[in-house]
Amino acid sequence: MSASGVRLDDPGRSVLLTGNEAVARGALEAGIAYASSYPGSPSAEVLEVLAALAEERGFYAEWSVNEKVALEGAAAASLAGLRSICIMKADGLNVALDTLTALSASGTKGGLVVVVADDPGAHSSVKEEDSRYLGKVAHLVILEPADPQEARDMTVAAFGLAEQLRAPVMLRCVTRVCHASGNVVLGTLPPKPAGRPHIGCQERYITHVAYHRIQEERLAQAREIGEGWPFNAYQGPPEPEILVITAGPGYLYAREAVEVLGLEGRVGILKLGMSWPLPEKFLLRHLKSASKVLFVEEVEPFHEENVGYLVACHLEEVFPLALYGKKSGHVAGPKGPGLGEIDVDTVIRALAALAGIPYEAQPGDYGREARELVKKIPRRELGFCAGCPHRASFWALKTAIALDGREVVVLGDIGCYTLGAGRSGHYLMQTVHAMGSGVGMASGLGKLERLGFSQPVVALVGDSTFYHAAVPALINARYNQSRFLLVVLDNGTTAMTGHQPHPGSGVTALGKRVPALSMEEVAGAFGIPVTVHDPYDVKGAVEALYRLLRQDGVRVLVLRRAYALLTARQEKKPRVYVDPKRCLGDACGCHRFCSRVFGCPANTWDAALGRAKIDETVCTGCGVCATLCPQGAIVVEEVTRNGA
Amino acid sequence: MVHNLIITGVGGQGTVLASHVVAAAAVESGFLVAVGETFGASQRGGSVTSHVRISRYRRYGPLIPRHRATIIVGFEPLETLRALLNYGNPLTRVIMNLHPNYPLGVLSGADTYPETQALMEAVRRISAGVLAFNATEIAHHMGSPVAANMVMTGALAGSELLPMAVPAYEKVIGELFSGPARQLNLKAFRAGVLVARGDLPAVWGNQVVKDGGK
Repeated sequence: MSASGVRLDDPGRSVLLTGNEAVARGALEAGIAYASSYPGSPSAEVLEVLAALAEERGFYAEWSVNEKVALEGAAAASLAGLRSICIMKADGLNVALDTLTALSASGTKGGLVVVVADDPGAHSSVKEEDSRYLGKVAHLVILEPADPQEARDMTVAAFGLAEQLRAPVMLRCVTRVCHASGNVVLGTLPPKPAGRPHIGCQERYITHVAYHRIQEERLAQAREIGEGWPFNAYQGPPEPEILVITAGPGYLYAREAVEVLGLEGRVGILKLGMSWPLPEKFLLRHLKSASKVLFVEEVEPFHEENVGYLVACHLEEVFPLALYGKKSGHVAGPKGPGLGEIDVDTVIRALAALAGIPYEAQPGDYGREARELVKKIPRRELGFCAGCPHRASFWALKTAIALDGREVVVLGDIGCYTLGAGRSGHYLMQTVHAMGSGVGMASGLGKLERLGFSQPVVALVGDSTFYHAAVPALINARYNQSRFLLVVLDNGTTAMTGHQPHPGSGVTALGKRVPALSMEEVAGAFGIPVTVHDPYDVKGAVEALYRLLRQDGVRVLVLRRAYALLTARQEKKPRVYVDPKRCLGDACGCHRFCSRVFGCPANTWDAALGRAKIDETVCTGCGVCATLCPQGAIVVEEVTRNGA
Repeated sequence: MVHNLIITGVGGQGTVLASHVVAAAAVESGFLVAVGETFGASQRGGSVTSHVRISRYRRYGPLIPRHRATIIVGFEPLETLRALLNYGNPLTRVIMNLHPNYPLGVLSGADTYPETQALMEAVRRISAGVLAFNATEIAHHMGSPVAANMVMTGALAGSELLPMAVPAYEKVIGELFSGPARQLNLKAFRAGVLVARGDLPAVWGNQVVKDGGK
């Protein structure tokens, strides 16, 4: 929530921190000199907090253009002998992976910790990737904290480990750590980063196949460290009937499940703080004493497979032993085994089945009396915020496509505007993959003319995505003479993750004013024609889109309007209301356009009056609905300086 | 003993901030706290639910198991019932805001929003008691409907269902905000405390329903 708890110089005090804040605190205590990130949920707040404290703690922090560049910057600081941290979401690791696998081979100097935040259940992601598999591919040590306290503790430990091994260490967090809050006991803040950054003329950090051996040796060394590491721990009876092997928040779920079921005498819990490499001796010791093993982890069966292999290699020592988890179907959330988040109930069900005891959270008819009164509880769909410029942009695009009359293909991207694949964007978006991939696809589709493809192609990206990943695709399209319209939905900020600045914002993570990198100048330098329009002027935006749809070659339309909720906070907003005399209600023939079709949350319906209505607590005063109402029944009243 | 509190509402209603105030007040009062919440849908109209777990000696995970909530604070009637059906039990106490926030499907006419009275009655029937009132309206009287989250937090504090004293919450709110925002939030919080204590002045024209349930 803020940097205030993270900054406290009060060792031993217990404060409330989120997991993200706790990682930031751990990094401060470890004495980092460099922090970099590209914002991604659920980890965006780590760098936000660090950037707020960089000045007073004397280190450097930046929002990088993408995760690969972020990692390269942090690696450079490490090679110069400094401690550095690089933070990204799971999808970002895919972008940075090429550099990460090479860094692991070349080795590093100052402690480099790579924080990767996975999003089981994809609360704010398009997929639920388990980044541990990629950490394993990169031959990295992977640490998994269970809660904010461990997030702080393990971050501090990770720096020491990275320096001992002379390689990056990966801290794998999940949403239920990043966005959870809990008590964190603070450690000591060191003096400002000491030691002058330096790379000696004899030092070399070269990636070469010869170093594969060193990577393997390093993992063997880490495995030995893991054997006695306090974050790998067992609790429970000496000879448990059921051994739960778990990591991350799964540990807390398992502990509570055991408590709820009263299975303390029969179940032991082995918690892996180091998920890779596995502490094999430690694991074998406990595997020998159990007869059933239950794996509790998110998302994929990573431990299940790796420990399963260990069991297979030591079959005679551990026999008889049965393995349960996602593969057996025992650990299954509502969506099924290996899909979505797990929780305490997931573990309760699995343990109850293995222990052969019944469990029912509530009698099956709980809630019956309520359901009799309220037959249907409407779902809540996500939509664009009130006043969001994207709503106007999608309506303009829908209108322009209808006017054009051809079967226009709309390629999408990752960001708030991914909601454009749903009702908010009139289901226009036909593809959603990765940052910038819609532009690469447009480049490909634009070359299919000789094979008979004649549909117009529109690619949509956000402003932050434009810099992150669209630029190489745009160069490719220009070079290979493709044809499509790139529409940049430019709200001036990385809105999805909490409006962080980007190269076009003119401000850095440290709050320093810098020249904004104009996307029209970037595209213009490639020789691509650029048009800029305000989406709030819907009619003008439709005309621009219609005209550009009919042009050839690669062309760019920037639909630019600052993020609605930010501006609403800064300025006195105009009052927008419906004139009930002019609104014709259902007699109009507009089919309740403002509330039903345009779908802004501020456009509601007054059932008693049978007229449209504006919810003034939600309305940002953008006035777009007023320009679209066929009766002109929506009034925008500008607020004067002295006005209410 | 663990207090399992659910604070539920819609993106933009300030549930996350309210859960932070409760959690920080608990930490300040010497308790162990775990809060689980999902930021992804904040400000985009989705349901937003925070789980706050307060205990004296033992750490808990950030998610409350099904049907084990001891208190549900609902910032929106529909979301209150939704949370109660999933996490409630006949012993769960409920504090609910009666001001509805319509889902996109309702705005578009595809769905119908249930009658608020029916929602409140449904909540009453399957819980151990409900304190229901229009917190948004009270917040509006205090200066801004946005402060409804602090009115609800005040009602929770004033209900004394949790082991923290009212001043512990006020200290947190005082430290979180500055200037006019501090005044507004403290005022809204104190109005909520009054509602829970049954001392709400009648001039605000708000109907407060306090029912012991069955």
